[in-house]
Amino acid sequence: MAEYTFFNALRAALDEEMARDARVFVLGEDVGHYGGSYKVTKDLYKKYGELRLLDTPICENSFTGLAIGAAMTGLRPVIEGMNMGFLLLAFNQIANNAGMLRYTSGGNFKIPLVVRGPGGVGRNLGAEHSQRLEAYFQNVPGIKMVACSTPYNAKGLLKSAIRDDNPVIFFEHVLLYNLKENLPEEEYLLPLDKAEIVRRGKDVTIVTYSRMRYHVLKALETLLPKGYDPEVIDLISLKPLDMDTIGASLQKTHRLIIVEEDMRCGGIGAEIIASINDRFFDELDAPIVRLAAKDVPTPYNTRLENLTIPQPADIVAAVEELLGGS
Amino acid sequence: MVQAVATPSDLSKSEALLLYEDMVLGRTFEDKCAEMYYRGKMFGFVHLYNGQEAVSTGVIKALRPDDYVCSTYRDHVHALSKGIPARAVMAELFGKVTGCSKGRGGSMHLFSAEHNFLGGFAFVAEGIPVAAGAAFQTKYRREVLGENADQVTACFFGDGATNNGQFFETLNMAALWKLPIIFVVENNNWAIGMAHPRAAADTRIHKKAAVFGMPGQEVDGMDVLAVRQATQEAIARARSGEGPTLLECMTYRFRGHSLADPDELRSPQEKEYWFARDPIKLLQVKILEWGLATQAELEAIDRKIQLVVEDAVQFADESLEPDPKDLYLYQFAEDE
Repeated sequence: MAEYTFFNALRAALDEEMARDARVFVLGEDVGHYGGSYKVTKDLYKKYGELRLLDTPICENSFTGLAIGAAMTGLRPVIEGMNMGFLLLAFNQIANNAGMLRYTSGGNFKIPLVVRGPGGVGRNLGAEHSQRLEAYFQNVPGIKMVACSTPYNAKGLLKSAIRDDNPVIFFEHVLLYNLKENLPEEEYLLPLDKAEIVRRGKDVTIVTYSRMRYHVLKALETLLPKGYDPEVIDLISLKPLDMDTIGASLQKTHRLIIVEEDMRCGGIGAEIIASINDRFFDELDAPIVRLAAKDVPTPYNTRLENLTIPQPADIVAAVEELLGGS
Repeated sequence: MVQAVATPSDLSKSEALLLYEDMVLGRTFEDKCAEMYYRGKMFGFVHLYNGQEAVSTGVIKALRPDDYVCSTYRDHVHALSKGIPARAVMAELFGKVTGCSKGRGGSMHLFSAEHNFLGGFAFVAEGIPVAAGAAFQTKYRREVLGENADQVTACFFGDGATNNGQFFETLNMAALWKLPIIFVVENNNWAIGMAHPRAAADTRIHKKAAVFGMPGQEVDGMDVLAVRQATQEAIARARSGEGPTLLECMTYRFRGHSLADPDELRSPQEKEYWFARDPIKLLQVKILEWGLATQAELEAIDRKIQLVVEDAVQFADESLEPDPKDLYLYQFAEDE
């Protein structure tokens, strides 16, 4: 075991996959000489050269299109969105071409493409740099979406995403890059479509993902001493949703709280609720509680910014209200 | 403007007839599409290529089979020139499972990996960076993977696309990295109802290449030999690692934007001017003038192509529709 920061775990995943397969290359703004805005690709260009760590001009839609063309013809590009919000500028290429082209081509072409980068609400970054794009992209057919949350799962998931023959949108979080964890020396891969059970419990299921996992864990510090026993699930896969794991948990707890950083309106939580309605409605003993970001642009002011996303105290309060005082 | 300098000594009989046959195939196929559309055999938006055949034929027939072609929503004839069988294209337009996109794509989404035909891109300009990706791949194979790769990518789009950011963004990257790509602008002077001079501050598209240090040429897009000659020079540049070229082919569409377009804005005088420059007739005149073939030989080609297109219709008509149980098939790589 050796200790890795989150960003170095991602870097190690890229390094291993680039060493394993010469068709893998990284492109994006400042991924080469500069080493990436969060240092995920630091110095890799010295090892793999400038074509494999391709510093692009600032033209998200077109360099994404270029990556799609390269993927269609046999390469395995990894796009770094310097900030995931910038990918709104590449929305057409991601939706129409990465997402739909394999299908509309009747299976003529594969698009082995990873689009990764930092998203989520950081600290005082302003509305445009604080975006959660997962709800925008969940509507796109033909893509997979993964949100990593620990150095361990970040490494194993990114390696799997690079080996996948489909377009994978890979969400990182701006506030998690400096987390540290001991990682195995030996190679490991993690499945892209499986949720992670973070804590087993029996009272209530708390479903979350990305940085909100840590807000949930913070809330447990208050809840566990009070005798509550929640089961915590980190979704990992945002598309497709691992409804089997969520459903199995509900069969035990019969109560669900969703904690998500994306917007309430049309968000991942909304989709989970709809899916539970379809498959697991009879398991519910209480209405599902949804803690999501407020439907406003993320404000700059710290106090207002904190108000827009769920806080640990909100999670504590939601559990107590749903289960009654212990 | 590049105009053909070819004389009979530059052009063999077989090459001349190959060009003629390809253009006749494009024209005959598209006329048949109009007929089939009005008979309810094909649906949706159908954009025909009539009038522009010299561009498709002049460019694509100068390429090697392993070179790449990237097209737009007006893609039937590019697909045919690239060698996708008329049967597979017609069947796609009929929505049949034997179509080149298995009936999932339709008129604007023709694809064939086997023919290195990258699509069929329905939104204006979105195919331009994708084509550059194929060209980047060739460079990558040569310089990173050490393969003996020298394919060229031909990227087709219209005058309307040249006001879109992706055009400028991709020209920049292609010139910056010296990608083996040819940007082929089919300037037919009209978007749907928007005349090119009403959309572009400077209408001379070939001049826009110079901003990126890229050669840009105006080409007579009704003269297949001029297009072919300009393409051959661009191919030589691209294969030898000298980078991209932009060819602005001046052409005209003989029909409306699509079969749903009433085509009310283009003047009869303008149309007459261009009809008189029908690229197929122009080549026909030269072939006869130069004694490369007889009228009877050309008519034999016309009849042969008529049969090819009739056969494509029959094939498409008799083919099966996709099985409803296969609705989700082809969405993900692991689906097969």
